[in-house]
Amino acid sequence: MNTTIMLFLLQDGITNGAIYALLGLALVLVFAVTRVILIPQGEFVTYGALSYAMLAAGQVPGTVRLAVAMGVVAFGLDLFFARKALRAKLVLRSAALNIVFPVALLALTYALVGPKTPMAVNIALALLIVAAIGLFLYRIAFQPIAHTSVLVLLIAAVGCHLALQGLGLVFFGAEGLRGPALSSAAVTAGPLRFTGQSLAVYALTVAFIVGLWLFFGYTRTGKALRATAVNRLGARLVGIRTSLSGQIAFLLASVIGALSGILIVPITTLYYDTGFLIGLKGFIAAIIGGLVSYPLTAVAAIVVGIVEAFSSFYASNFKEVIVFFLILPVLVLRSLAAPAVEEEKD
Amino acid sequence: MSALLTVSDVHIAYGKVEAVRGVSLDVAENEIVTIIGANGAGKSTLLNAVMGILPLKGRATFAGTDLTPLDIEDRVASGLSLVPEHRELFGSMNVEDNLELGAFRIAKATAAISIEKVYALFPRLKERRKQLAGTLSGGEQQMLAMGRALMGAPKLLMLDEPSLGLAPIIVADIFRIVSELRAAGVSVLLVEQNAQAALQIADRAYVMELGEFVLSGTAKEIAANKGVAASYLGFQYEGESAI
Repeated sequence: MNTTIMLFLLQDGITNGAIYALLGLALVLVFAVTRVILIPQGEFVTYGALSYAMLAAGQVPGTVRLAVAMGVVAFGLDLFFARKALRAKLVLRSAALNIVFPVALLALTYALVGPKTPMAVNIALALLIVAAIGLFLYRIAFQPIAHTSVLVLLIAAVGCHLALQGLGLVFFGAEGLRGPALSSAAVTAGPLRFTGQSLAVYALTVAFIVGLWLFFGYTRTGKALRATAVNRLGARLVGIRTSLSGQIAFLLASVIGALSGILIVPITTLYYDTGFLIGLKGFIAAIIGGLVSYPLTAVAAIVVGIVEAFSSFYASNFKEVIVFFLILPVLVLRSLAAPAVEEEKD
Repeated sequence: MSALLTVSDVHIAYGKVEAVRGVSLDVAENEIVTIIGANGAGKSTLLNAVMGILPLKGRATFAGTDLTPLDIEDRVASGLSLVPEHRELFGSMNVEDNLELGAFRIAKATAAISIEKVYALFPRLKERRKQLAGTLSGGEQQMLAMGRALMGAPKLLMLDEPSLGLAPIIVADIFRIVSELRAAGVSVLLVEQNAQAALQIADRAYVMELGEFVLSGTAKEIAANKGVAASYLGFQYEGESAI
C-alpha cells in the first residue's frame, strides 16, 4: 500500500469517525441523564437525513405528521398524569409544547416547501421535525417508566427503534435517497482533496463538542443535567425536574442525530434502515468510553472510523465484523477491571 | 405564631407494612421542632413523606397549601427543603456547583447573595469551593448538604440525622448553626437520635416510638420527662449513684 492510499483511507476514516463521535456523545449524554441506551439514535439519523432529502426535492416528509401525532399523544399523557391536580398553567404549557409547536411546524413546512426553498430552511425544518420527535419520544415512551431498571428502559428503547424503523419505511419508502451537498467547494492539499462537505463535518463536530463542553461546564441547565446524571434524588431535592432533564437530553440527542444524518446524506445514499448500523458504530465508541467519558468516546469514535476505512479496503466483506469486534477486548478488559458491578439503585 | 407545616393523622406504608400510623404534628414560623426516637421508629419515613419522596395517607399542608397533589419539585418551589440522611450530594461536582444548583429555582442575582451568606455560615466550604463534593469529609459533606438546601431560601428546613457519624466537635458546630437559622427566619424540623443535643436547641419536641408519637411538648418538658431521660438521654433516675 502506498502513502496516498493510506492518506485517503485515513481521511475517509476521520470523516466517518467524526460522525460516529457525534452519535457516541449523544448516547453517553442520554445514558448519563436518563439511563436509557438510545437504540433509536439511528432512526434520528435516518429521519433527519431523509426528511432533509425529501424537503430538498420539494416534498413534505411524513415525519412532520408523525411529530403532530406524537405531540397529541404526549399532550394526552400530560393531562392524564396531572388529572388529580389539573391547573390552567400546566395545561397551557403542555398545549403550547405538545400541540401548538408541532402544528406550527406542520403549517410552516407546508408553507415553505418547494423546489426553490433555500437549503438552510430545509435543514432547519428537518432539524426541528426530528427535535420534536425526539422530545415527544421521551415523553411518551420513557418518562412514564423513568424510575425502572436499565433493562426495562433498554427493552423500551428496542421497541422504539423497531417502531420508528417501520414508520420510516412508510414515510420514505424502500428506495434510498440522497440529499444535496452543503457546499460544492473543495480544497486540495497535496494528494488529498477535501470536499466542502467533509470540512463541514469536521467543523460541526468540533463546534458541537466545544458547545457541549461549554453547556455542561458553564450553564445552569447544563449543570442541572449533570446533577441529574450524578444523583437523581439530589437533583429533585433542589427542584430540578428530572423529566425536564430527560427531555433536554433527548432533544439534544435527536438534534445531534438529525444533524449527523444531514451531513452524511450527500455523501452516501441512505435507506430507511441505514441509521441503525451507523448508530451502532457510535454505540461502540460510547461503550469504549464506558458510557460515561465524553473525550474517550470521541477518540474511540475516530478509531472506529479509521478501522472501518482500512478494513473496507483490505477485507470489505468483513468490514462490519472487524469494527464490531473492537468492542470485545474492551468489554473483557472492563469486566476484569470491575468484576462485579451492581446496578445502582435509583 | 402561625402554623407553617401541619400534618394530621398521617399514615405511611411500605407495601403492606405501616411504618407511620396516625401521626399529627405542626411546625410554626421561626420555630425549631425536633422528633426524637430510636432507630427504625419511623422518623426519616415521616420526613421523606412530607417531602414527597414517599406517598402518605392523611392531610399535610404547608403555608396554607395542600401538599398531597404536589410532587417533590413543587414542594421545593413552595419553600420546603429536606437534607436527607444520605445527603444526596452531587459527588463528582465541586462545592460551588453543588451550592449553585441548590439555587436552581432562584434568580441568579439572588443566588450570588445567598452563596456569600452560606459561605459566612460555613467558612470551611469557601476554602474548599473548588473541591469535589465526593472528596469532602463527613462533616464537610453535611455542611455542604445544609448549605445547598439553604441556597434555595427555604421557609422550612427539614434535617434528617445531621449529626450521624460525625465527630462531637463538628456536631456541636452543626447544632450551633441550626440554632442560628431561626434568627435568620428559617424554621427547622429536626430528626435526631442524638436527643440531648436536639432538645437543647429545639423549642418543641415529639417522641416517636414504633411509628407513633408517644409524647409531645416543649423541649424543656420533654427533657425533664423521666421516661425520655432513661430511654434517650442516658440518665438513670432509679438507683443512681451519688458521685
